[in-house]
Amino acid sequence: MYRYDEFDQQLVNERVAQFRGQVGRRLSGELTEDEFKPLRLMNGVYLQLHAYMLRIAVPYGTLSSKQLRMLAHVGRKYDRGYGHFTTRQNLQFNWPALKDMPDLLAELASVEMHAIQTSGNCIRNVTSDQYAGAAKNEIEDPRIVSEIIRQWSTFHPEFSFLPRKFKIAVSGTPDDRAAIRVHDIGIQIVQNGKGEIGYEIYVGGGLGRTPMIGKKIAGFVPKEDLLAYLEAVMRVYNMYGRRDNIYKARIKILVHEIGVEEMTRQVEAEFAELRKAGALHLPQEEVARIEAYFRPPSHENLPDDSAELNKAVLADRGFANWVKSNVAQHKVPGYAIVNISLKPIGGVPGDCTSDQMDAVADIAEKYSFDELRVTHEQNLTLAHVRKKDLHAVYELLKAHDLATPNIGLITDQIACPGLDYCALANARSIPLAQQISERFADIERQHEIGELKINTSGCINACGHHHVGHIGILGVDKKGVEYYQVTLGGAADEKTAIGDIVGRAFTEDEVVDAIETIVTTYIGVRQNGERFIDTYRRVGIDPFKESLYETH
Amino acid sequence: MKLIRNGTFVEDDFITVGDGDQLPDGAAIVSLERWQAERETLRARNAPIGVRLQSGQEPGAIADDLDRIDLVALEFPVYRNGRAYSYARLLRERYGFKGEVRAVGNVLRDQFQFMIRCGFDALEVTDNITPEIWAENAGSFSLFYQPSADGKETVLSLRQRLAARAQEKATA
Repeated sequence: MYRYDEFDQQLVNERVAQFRGQVGRRLSGELTEDEFKPLRLMNGVYLQLHAYMLRIAVPYGTLSSKQLRMLAHVGRKYDRGYGHFTTRQNLQFNWPALKDMPDLLAELASVEMHAIQTSGNCIRNVTSDQYAGAAKNEIEDPRIVSEIIRQWSTFHPEFSFLPRKFKIAVSGTPDDRAAIRVHDIGIQIVQNGKGEIGYEIYVGGGLGRTPMIGKKIAGFVPKEDLLAYLEAVMRVYNMYGRRDNIYKARIKILVHEIGVEEMTRQVEAEFAELRKAGALHLPQEEVARIEAYFRPPSHENLPDDSAELNKAVLADRGFANWVKSNVAQHKVPGYAIVNISLKPIGGVPGDCTSDQMDAVADIAEKYSFDELRVTHEQNLTLAHVRKKDLHAVYELLKAHDLATPNIGLITDQIACPGLDYCALANARSIPLAQQISERFADIERQHEIGELKINTSGCINACGHHHVGHIGILGVDKKGVEYYQVTLGGAADEKTAIGDIVGRAFTEDEVVDAIETIVTTYIGVRQNGERFIDTYRRVGIDPFKESLYETH
Repeated sequence: MKLIRNGTFVEDDFITVGDGDQLPDGAAIVSLERWQAERETLRARNAPIGVRLQSGQEPGAIADDLDRIDLVALEFPVYRNGRAYSYARLLRERYGFKGEVRAVGNVLRDQFQFMIRCGFDALEVTDNITPEIWAENAGSFSLFYQPSADGKETVLSLRQRLAARAQEKATA
């Protein structure tokens, strides 16, 4: 993975010093909370219902064991012994004291970590595929370009006060695990007829109040021009994005209002000028320098089939289930990708204790080349595990309650913090996710239901990505009572779709039964073991409407 | 308000005039509307002239007159509105404007360095800003990833120089 050079390190150190000064001015009373707000928001510090929350950047979701151990340490020393992994592949601490934050950030800086641009109306942490460097059909490792974008976007003088926050995601494979079409900019790595690698660019995707799917505005941007192209998109957005209404300020509204043709024309015109000026031309040597950090680790030469694995699968039913749902194919024979579920039955999606972090760090060090990834579905991934080690890894994970065999299944839910933490929420998300998890706790039944993604948001801002859940749940407030609106058919993959509202909202008491009804209806109409989303695409919303509302 | 020009606190030698007001004999700043309405007279005037652009008034509107304009004031109606950062870069990098680019409106100390980087060489700041506060905030960072209007060397260029030096050593 990428390692800071002296320049990267110095910048992060200077940021810690600057923030220390700002916090000092707030604590001495020189700054009011109002004046402090724009400063803390540039550094991932939010004021939540009960306390300040600190969001730490995990660039494109990649962590070394050493970094994860530091996060475990920070959780113990400054928080309550746990952290929360987010849908932007970041980590949040919900209870640190403001006075401790400068020291906390200095500790993080010692392992090349920071909280830069994890909030505010700027370019946020770039997200990517958790299978980077391990996926079979990968065109190029997306972390290379993600790191290039991370550097270019860090303290960008022109784009630190955009109309609204700005999110970029990169996918290096045709099947999209990074949800690039629901980002402000989605980058798909492609290869042209001449074998050259370049980028397909989508703009204006996003969730929130007005969900929209990104539109393609470029089919092939050459590698050396990527930053000039991105700067062109950002400049058009910074100059013309709406600033009169916070709910209309994302780039998706600009693209929608002027149309994708006009947007493309403006970006192309700006791009032509920037390319001509040449300052953002990306030299081959710099690409090669960063590429070198992401060379494949030294995989052993192994037969693809592992006798140890086969034997353990037959002997251990729990392990067999785990292999089926949590283990994915690797491009190198004899290796596998291991997904660690942070969705234990009845748990809080994405929460991880400091002890669990230490355990995962040890496992990653011993079995997966000392690094791991955070996924945007709030799980962890060990990208390079020998098949013959899978059972040992499983046993170690199990000992720390980290071997729930539910990746991609109905209890592998995404949920925002909701009314338990968030000042914006209308309804609770986490308790609902916990109830659904308890209802479908039976692992055999979960496997019988198959791939099904439930996403829950506690308000219309959609931090739980409900629009793109196969089943989406949105908390709404009706005269002080929490209700839940259900959508069906959403997806964030290469066939991205916004879910359809199934009908009137359900009360808290009704909603888990409603999910049960939806699942039963699906099982009744599915053909040849097709996935929920495929059944929905085939039969549409009507059978679900009928079974949900006919008896009411 | 205080004016900082090229890092020094100075008296403002320009007078900002309203659209209906009489022009002073000396240096004056007018609105874009007034500039457009009285363009010929203002161009012919025998004293320095500045134009103040509001957020939403692009520098392209005065691009053809930049040869005659001495100062462009760019307005930040609220610190969150960052449009003028793009305007400043366009003035410097696209239109090659060599005169003064002044930040006016809601200018926060934590934004000084971003503004300098985008090509502002003058900032109108609140009275509580002292030379010490200016110095501290204008130089918060000493390294920069992006090329911008201030022409500061980028991290990329530093890396290339380091690599070249290492290579020289290796071959020597």
